[in-house]
Formats: sequence, C-alpha cells, structure tokens
Amino acid sequence: MSKIYPNATAALAGILRDGMTILSGGFGLCGIPDTLIAAIRESGVRDLTIVSNNAGIDGTGLGMLLETRQVRRMISSYVGENATFAKQYLAGELEIEFNPQGTLAERIRAGGAGIPAFFTATGYGTEVAKGKETREFDGRHYVMERGIFGDLAIIHAWKADTEGNLVYRKTARNFNPMMATAAKITVAEVEHLVEAGTIDGDHIITPGIFVKRLVKLDHVQKHVEQRTTRKRA
Amino acid sequence: MPWTRDQMAARAARELQDGFYVNLGIGIPTLVANHIPPGISVQLHSENGMLGIGPFPYEGEEDADVINAGKQTVTALPTTSYFDSAASFAMVRGGHINISILGALQVAENGDLANWMIPGKMVKGMGGAMDLVAGVPRVVILMEHTAKGEPKILKSCSLPLTGKGVASLIVTDMAVFTVNPSQTPSLTLIDKPDDVTIDAIRAATEPDFAVAL
Repeated sequence: MSKIYPNATAALAGILRDGMTILSGGFGLCGIPDTLIAAIRESGVRDLTIVSNNAGIDGTGLGMLLETRQVRRMISSYVGENATFAKQYLAGELEIEFNPQGTLAERIRAGGAGIPAFFTATGYGTEVAKGKETREFDGRHYVMERGIFGDLAIIHAWKADTEGNLVYRKTARNFNPMMATAAKITVAEVEHLVEAGTIDGDHIITPGIFVKRLVKLDHVQKHVEQRTTRKRA
Repeated sequence: MPWTRDQMAARAARELQDGFYVNLGIGIPTLVANHIPPGISVQLHSENGMLGIGPFPYEGEEDADVINAGKQTVTALPTTSYFDSAASFAMVRGGHINISILGALQVAENGDLANWMIPGKMVKGMGGAMDLVAGVPRVVILMEHTAKGEPKILKSCSLPLTGKGVASLIVTDMAVFTVNPSQTPSLTLIDKPDDVTIDAIRAATEPDFAVAL
C-alpha cells in the first residue's frame, strides 16, 4: 500500500474533522509543516486543539489557522511573535495552555511511547504545577505530567523513502520526530523523496512505522524569523 | 561606574570551566559567548536541538534550518550535533548541562526566580526556562541590578515563579552574589565594580547580605 499522496489536500483527505487535536512539528518557523497547515486552512475545519511549541507568526505557519479562527485551543511553550494570537487570546476567543518546553517535548514522547504520565522536577512550586499530583523521590519534589496523544500529527522532514522512513535536516528536526509517534495518523511533508533502500538504515531518524502518509513538496519555502549575520573581516 | 553589559557578560563568563556544556539565555546572557576566557573550551547548547553553536553566518550564507533558541540564524562547528527536542531536554533535565546563564525579572534571597510572566500583561510563555532552572545544577542569573530604580533582588518574589530555590549565583551591573539558603544571610557579595560602594549596593538590594570580597 503506497504511502505517497500527490498533494497536501489529498494527503489529509478523510482525516480532518472539527474539534480534533493536531500535533504540528517545528520550532519557531524552522521545520514547520507549512504546506500541510495551508491545506488545513483550505479545508475550513474548525475548533481545533493544536499542540505546537510555538504558534507561528502573523500569516505564516500556524498563524494561517489563527487568522481564519480555526483554532480553539493551543498547547505551546512560547507564543511571543504573534499579534493575531495576542488579540484573540485577550478577547477570550482562544485558549492557551502553556507547558515548559521540555515538559511539552516529553509529554509528546511519552504519549507516542504508550506512557500515560511521568514525573518531572520542572515547574515544581510554580503555576504550571497547580492542580497536578506531586511526589517526592530521593528527597526531591516532582510534578506528574500526562502524555499527549493526538488525532493527527503533521510534520516536516528533509528526506523520505517510499517506505516512510524519514531523515531531518539540522535544527529543523526539533519536535518533528516525537510528534510523528504521538497521533493516530501521521502525515509528513518532505523536501526529497527517494526509493526505499536508498537511505542507509543507520541514518533513519523516524522509522516508517510512524508515518502513514507522505507528500513530496513541489516548492520548499523556508522562513527565517531572526536573520542575524556577521560582517566579513 | 556600574559594569557595562559586556563587563557583566565577561564577569559571568568567568564561571565557565574547561569542558563545560553551557546554555545561554536570550539578552545579556547571549553576550557571554563573546567573553569566553582564553584556554577554556566549552560547547554551547541550544534547546531547539543543537550542541556546538558557531558564530552568526556571513551575509548570504544564512541557513533557515540552522537556528538557535532565539530563532536567530547561526552556524555549525566541527563539534556540532543535532537532535530532537526530547533529547535536548534530556540533556537539560538529566543534569548533563553544567551551567545555565539566564536573565530574570526578580530573584529572591532563597534562590527563587521569576522571569516568565507579569500578571495583567500578555503572557508569551516560559519556553525552556523552567526546564533549565530545574535541571541544570548551576544556574547563574545575569541581569540589571534594578528595574526603573526598584530592586530586582528581593526577600521574596512577587511575580509568578519560574523555579523555586534555583539560583546559584547572581551577576548584575553592581554586584556578584552567591546564593546559599542554608546560611543567614543567604546572599554573599563576592565581587563588585571597583567604584560601586557597598552602601550603594545595600540601597539597591532588598535583602541583607554578607560581604566576602
């Protein structure tokens, strides 16, 4: 059974429904599944819960879904660079659950690994621990955090083979590998697609078992949030 | 004269030891990278999944796939490795990063740190700060001594906490304090700019402190 779909809309067909939970890879605008996000926007699906480290910027990345008010709730660690987000949040139209970044990453990792909860020292004694079970191990206090498992994960990888084995590029890896494991269906957009057997098995980061559908991007447009450079000597 | 931002960063950089794995926060802490003492080799960690952070790229050589936690374009080094966010925070939470240098809105004499939200203002989120202060054994706070003339080093924090009892050292433009809540007072002044007086530091610092210059 082929995992390859001709475009993002086809790759998401029959999956999207109102009120679903979608995990979206990326850090800032680096390694985000931009083309899949655009297809979700076009679908018009609403009341989404989105799990993503950030919320994109205005009009880019998840910012696209905020503009069309398709998102009801975000689970994120940092949403600083988004005026649309701030406006909708302050108007009470959008809910946000802030998670410490490492806790968010581990919740997704745990969810994908069949682990319903774990204990971490992160956030003990702070607002993020409110209402959560705490426990002492070896004289230190820990907070119980729950695993996250979504309906759909959308991720961006650098290269895939036809089996769905994935390789990422540099810091565009970030949340993508954990998210690939933590949903009923994972759809990956990839910059390059090669025949199975072409990628050295030792170099595969996400094994194809986690990837149900693949779409090869025709155009790859990457975004830089903070372009910082140095002068040549 | 109080220390400049670069002098503050240079003072914080003296806390680095050869072979350390180091996480630098955004703002003044980022400047620490420019002041690593000669003869000391450290690897900088960026929580988005990179260990071994090089300088900013030359104009025209930016790679959108190589960024630091501040979303700035950076470059790789021969020592660089890339990994996912869960592995990145395993390094943090597991105590594998030796030192974290980050800014603060408030620090209390018991080591409590507040640096992620001001009630009533738009909350941007804590990012990786709570994980860093909970997981890294040595947390150095690098910040201005006061904000609009008000002390930022307090008897207790009034803002929501990032971590409880996490600060090991405080470096400001006026003073360097060790934080040891098992002592009274828990703060000890161990360094200061030559022409800043102890009286001036006391006037700008809410809690009492010992002096061991």
